[in-house]
Amino acid sequence: MLRVENAQKDFDGFKAVNGASLSVEKGEIVAVIGPNGAGKTTLFNLITGQLKPNGGTITFLGEDITSMPSHRICKKGIARSFQIANIFHRLSVFRNVQVSVLSQKNRNLNLFLSSDSFFVKETQSILKNAGLADKHQEIAGSLSHGDRRLLEIAIALGNEPRLLILDEPTAGMSPEETATTISLIKRLAETRGLTILFCEHDMDVVFGVSHRIMVMEQGRTLVQGKPDEVKNNLEVQRAYLGTE
Amino acid sequence: MRAIDFQKGRTPIFNSILLAFLILAPAVLPAFYIYIFSVIFVTAILAMSLNLVVGHGGLYQFHHGVFYGIGAYTLALILTKTDLPPWVGFIAGPVCAALAGWLIGLFCVRLSRLYFGMLQISLGSLIWAVTFRWYALTGGDDGIHGIELPGILSGITRSYYVILIVLSVCLIALYRIYKSPFGITLRAIRDNPERCAAVGINVRRHQLLAIVIATFFAGVAGVFFVVVERSVFPDLMFWVLSLEIMIMCLLGGWFTFSGPILGAAIMVSLRTFAGVYTEYWTLILGVILILLIFFLPEGVMGFIALKLKRRELLLEAKKDI
Ligand SMILES: Nc1ncnc2c1ncn2[C@@H]1O[C@H](COP(=O)(O)OP(=O)(O)OP(=O)(O)O)[C@@H](O)[C@H]1O
Ligand SMILES: [Mg+2]
Repeated sequence: MLRVENAQKDFDGFKAVNGASLSVEKGEIVAVIGPNGAGKTTLFNLITGQLKPNGGTITFLGEDITSMPSHRICKKGIARSFQIANIFHRLSVFRNVQVSVLSQKNRNLNLFLSSDSFFVKETQSILKNAGLADKHQEIAGSLSHGDRRLLEIAIALGNEPRLLILDEPTAGMSPEETATTISLIKRLAETRGLTILFCEHDMDVVFGVSHRIMVMEQGRTLVQGKPDEVKNNLEVQRAYLGTE
Repeated sequence: MRAIDFQKGRTPIFNSILLAFLILAPAVLPAFYIYIFSVIFVTAILAMSLNLVVGHGGLYQFHHGVFYGIGAYTLALILTKTDLPPWVGFIAGPVCAALAGWLIGLFCVRLSRLYFGMLQISLGSLIWAVTFRWYALTGGDDGIHGIELPGILSGITRSYYVILIVLSVCLIALYRIYKSPFGITLRAIRDNPERCAAVGINVRRHQLLAIVIATFFAGVAGVFFVVVERSVFPDLMFWVLSLEIMIMCLLGGWFTFSGPILGAAIMVSLRTFAGVYTEYWTLILGVILILLIFFLPEGVMGFIALKLKRRELLLEAKKDI
């Protein structure tokens, strides 16, 4: 479904991503792990078009999406959440999600009808799924950290993605919130057959939900394989598990 | 802010009384006040149009006055230099303003925020300079005076009513735009353009459309400026006026729907009664701006909303910010 080959990204000569490769098949949950600064977020930014790669190719459903603007990549069926909550601070929780539903259904340019007649049910059901239904009237900027992270995912779900990319979905969450988020991710994968690519520092989460794991270090792909294979890989232990 | 403006509580009553007063005003008030009210109405349309892109769109539309001027000059030139029927001018004014907005916006939306503002100031000043120098066409720094208007607009009372109707229509249109999917998306772009792109919104196209709509309404204000003043002059396009409109939005409250109307009313009154000492006008503007930034960053409307502390009203109001 998604194929990244030898992706490169320089920041003023510093190679943040330096030959990363990755493949995700339909229906899979794939995790990317690696130490801080390994280039995980940068890799996601290359895939979803926030950044343009200096080299390598990215294909999605057989189509070359390398260097496409991010709004077009989204329309191809890739939605994402961000590591640092990236929400619409002055809008209500409901509007936050409605904006992405409106975009998905190509109704953003409608000028004269009230928004209250657009996709209220769809938006409510996403909020319910994310456990935010009772907070739909609150201003997004006033949410707690955990709720912002959930809203972050809910916004991405508004796009009805084929591939959902999550950048550290449980970062900074309490154990209960983490558990809720994990069950949400699992439920999405099971009930909707959603393909998910995510990165995460919590090894229990990673080994608990993913079908395959890709390990990054200093911008490179060290290995990609099944959880057991990765666990047994010595190189990985040196790069990641050993340093913990 | 819609709760305060239109729906909940005492607002509809307040609005009805205000409207009744405005309808009866010509019967009871001296002509001078009717003239001032007309100026306020026109300026309110102008400030509302700017606030669409600045307050709700988060764009640095620094030289909005230029589009007001283009609307006004287009009508003035069609009335004085051509044999076309007047209604053509009334349509051409806003359309030309929107075309100019589109053309300038096309370059501006490609730039980051501050450069957007800088480029707009330079292109706008260019248009001002051309207007200022091109004596044969625009009358240069003298402008064009004593413009003849069609019968329905002759007389201060008649034009007052026409402008009151135009203001109402503009407010309804802008309010619908504000509440529409387009308006919500525009505010989402203001809050976070990067995220908007990530949910599939073509941010530049959206911003450009907002600029076209805003400059269209600035053009509407421009043609009705001609109706009130029967003249045009290059000051309409000078940067000081653009700053004034900006202050009106800030004064009324960026993030509210109807704040700019209040801002326009206050600023026009100030200019009329205090601005007699014209050489100090920019100084007054500067002081107002400083006071606002330090003491009323949310504007008068935002301040009132906070002070009322009627919780549900505030929540309602905040819901759609
Ligand atoms: N915009 C940028 N400009 C310059 N350097 C950057 C930029 N973004 C990231 N970097 C650098 O690139 C490297 C990789 O960063 P990245 O955010 O992709 O790491 P990460 O694997 O997501 O780390 P973390 O686990 O802490 O989120 C880091 O050294 C970072 O400092
Ligand atoms: Mg990261």
